[in-house]
Amino acid sequence: MSALLTTALVFPAGLWYLALLVAPLLIVVVFSFGTRATNGGYEPGLVLNNYERLLQPQRIEPFFTSLWMAIAGTIGCLLVGLPLAYFIATRAGQRKGLFILLLVIPFWTSFLIRTYAWLIVLGRENLGGFIGELVGDPDFRILGTPAAVLLGLVYGYLPLMVFPLYVTLERMDRTLVEASKDLGAARWATFRQVTLPIALPGLITGSILVFIPMMGEYVIPSILGYGRTFLMGNALVDAFIQTRNWPFGSAMAVGLILVMLVTITIYVWFVNRGRHGRDVSVL
Amino acid sequence: MSLSATPDTPLPGRRATLSERGGETPDVDIVDVTKRFGDITAVDAMRLSVARGAFYSFLGPSGCGKTTTLRMIAGFEQPTAGEIYLAGEPVAGVPPYQRNVNTVFQHYALFPHMNVAQNVGYGLRQRGTTKADEARRVGEALELVRLSGYERRRTWELSGGQQQRVALARALINQPTVLLLDEPLGALDLKLRKEMQLELKALQQEVGITFVYVTHDQEEALTMSDTIIVMHHGRIQQQGGPAELYERPVNRFVANFIGVSNPIDGKLVEHDPSTGRGVVQTDRGLRLTGLVTDPDARPAPGTEVIVAVRPERLQVEPATHAAPPADGWSSVEGRIHQGTYLGDHTEFRVATDIAGEMVARRQNAAGAAAIMGVGPGDPVVVRWEDSANLILVA
Repeated sequence: MSALLTTALVFPAGLWYLALLVAPLLIVVVFSFGTRATNGGYEPGLVLNNYERLLQPQRIEPFFTSLWMAIAGTIGCLLVGLPLAYFIATRAGQRKGLFILLLVIPFWTSFLIRTYAWLIVLGRENLGGFIGELVGDPDFRILGTPAAVLLGLVYGYLPLMVFPLYVTLERMDRTLVEASKDLGAARWATFRQVTLPIALPGLITGSILVFIPMMGEYVIPSILGYGRTFLMGNALVDAFIQTRNWPFGSAMAVGLILVMLVTITIYVWFVNRGRHGRDVSVL
Repeated sequence: MSLSATPDTPLPGRRATLSERGGETPDVDIVDVTKRFGDITAVDAMRLSVARGAFYSFLGPSGCGKTTTLRMIAGFEQPTAGEIYLAGEPVAGVPPYQRNVNTVFQHYALFPHMNVAQNVGYGLRQRGTTKADEARRVGEALELVRLSGYERRRTWELSGGQQQRVALARALINQPTVLLLDEPLGALDLKLRKEMQLELKALQQEVGITFVYVTHDQEEALTMSDTIIVMHHGRIQQQGGPAELYERPVNRFVANFIGVSNPIDGKLVEHDPSTGRGVVQTDRGLRLTGLVTDPDARPAPGTEVIVAVRPERLQVEPATHAAPPADGWSSVEGRIHQGTYLGDHTEFRVATDIAGEMVARRQNAAGAAAIMGVGPGDPVVVRWEDSANLILVA
């Protein structure tokens, strides 16, 4: 009876994943071996030249641009998110809820609108021009540069980093910090040896949560980067919408998934080095 | 009676440290320390010297200021007023990590991401001890707490008692001037708690380090301590050895917090401050001779006082063959209200006109048959010696 109930409850989710994740993924893989129909789209086939094209220097460049932007963005989110999560979890006291709310409120507005808002903030009339005056360069721009894209990425995905970090830090037994100080470790030594290792599962979760969408980001580089910082998302849109080369676009999508898998595997292996039997929930 | 702190022979290594420091400085000296949190005074003008090598316990109900005192010694809280000295040095503003004091926390606070050996060696690593030296001393510390061979175990795999021992080893390995223990046995079950009490006491005697222990459990304090400091409302009520506190409680709080006592209200009619002897006329016509326990009290005749008598000092005899009234004894008549057989002893509740309901305890040394013959409703005589009368002024 309960087995039947379990099946019944899991069925909708299973169907969802099958129809909207597994099936499309298979279609993408199959398409990536096909050829472009004369008027664009897909024509069945079994060729490898889509993947060969992927390795051409100008085609592979967006992969590397995406990779380093996503890595830089993840590090940026960590640098801003860790102190913020630490503050909210340990120092905010009664105002915890308020800070969490303040962090969430912007997300009640459309992502697109918030990104356009940055367009105004960073524009020549505002921050861009102000910094230009400071450094004495009238041609100084922020918009259209990788810096603007990076700033947009960190801003857009910060909460995904802060929440998992906040949860692990909030759950952490505060007397562990006292125990560390009691045993002779000063503040920084305590943070390094106790707080950070204990927050690690949250840190890994947060990093992966921000890294994956950053790799495929399209809106932010288009708006804040004027499309000049050409990421995988932009390349994919080009392939599918502009040149209508679906097989090549599919090959790029498969390549993107592989790059992410490899990167995340290396990352998780790296931070978990020498930590045996430790249960790290990754996602 | 001389039941105050008698420090046990310290280890040879410990003795060397003693002479270096010049001997008689108390390990902890608390001078007029007050701690306020907002409007609440947690610790009120405390004065206390903790002698070297002894086992001290702070005993009191929750909120009495005992844990706050411990946290001030550890450096987690700063006194609002007054000064604390560790081994003769004032420590105001010195952070916990620069104090030669270690704490065993209530819930152990073992680091979950480290194994047993890494936990125990944590303090040594902060001081830059070499790896080989650390491994050797961790081995010694684990041997001390009988956990040899557990080095590679994860802390959450251990039982509560084992975690407790890891926490002890982690603190003791640093050879602190004072080891602070914040109700460390509270999370253990009764049987294990009793075992650990004896083990802790033995450990303290073995290492010769001063222990300052916080508990709300009077039995725990009586079992382990050389000196017990009874606290209430942020103030020290009384300080002394276990027997001294039980036999000579200075006020009502101490008399009721440590053990049980039968209170009889009355007025003081005579008092000789040189011997402490006093005579009390009770509200219902009894004249009791006893000892005014507080040596500092100078109560005027007519002061309202309480005469407290411990249950085991009361003898309950059937009215039909009670001993005749004797000099130096008091007796009241009553009826058995309830008799509860508790294995090693029997507890009687006796309803009396003169002293209200009295609780008496009788050891069942002569077997259960000896307590027969007195049951609910039976007329009895309750007798006790004058030496059992404790006259409490406050």
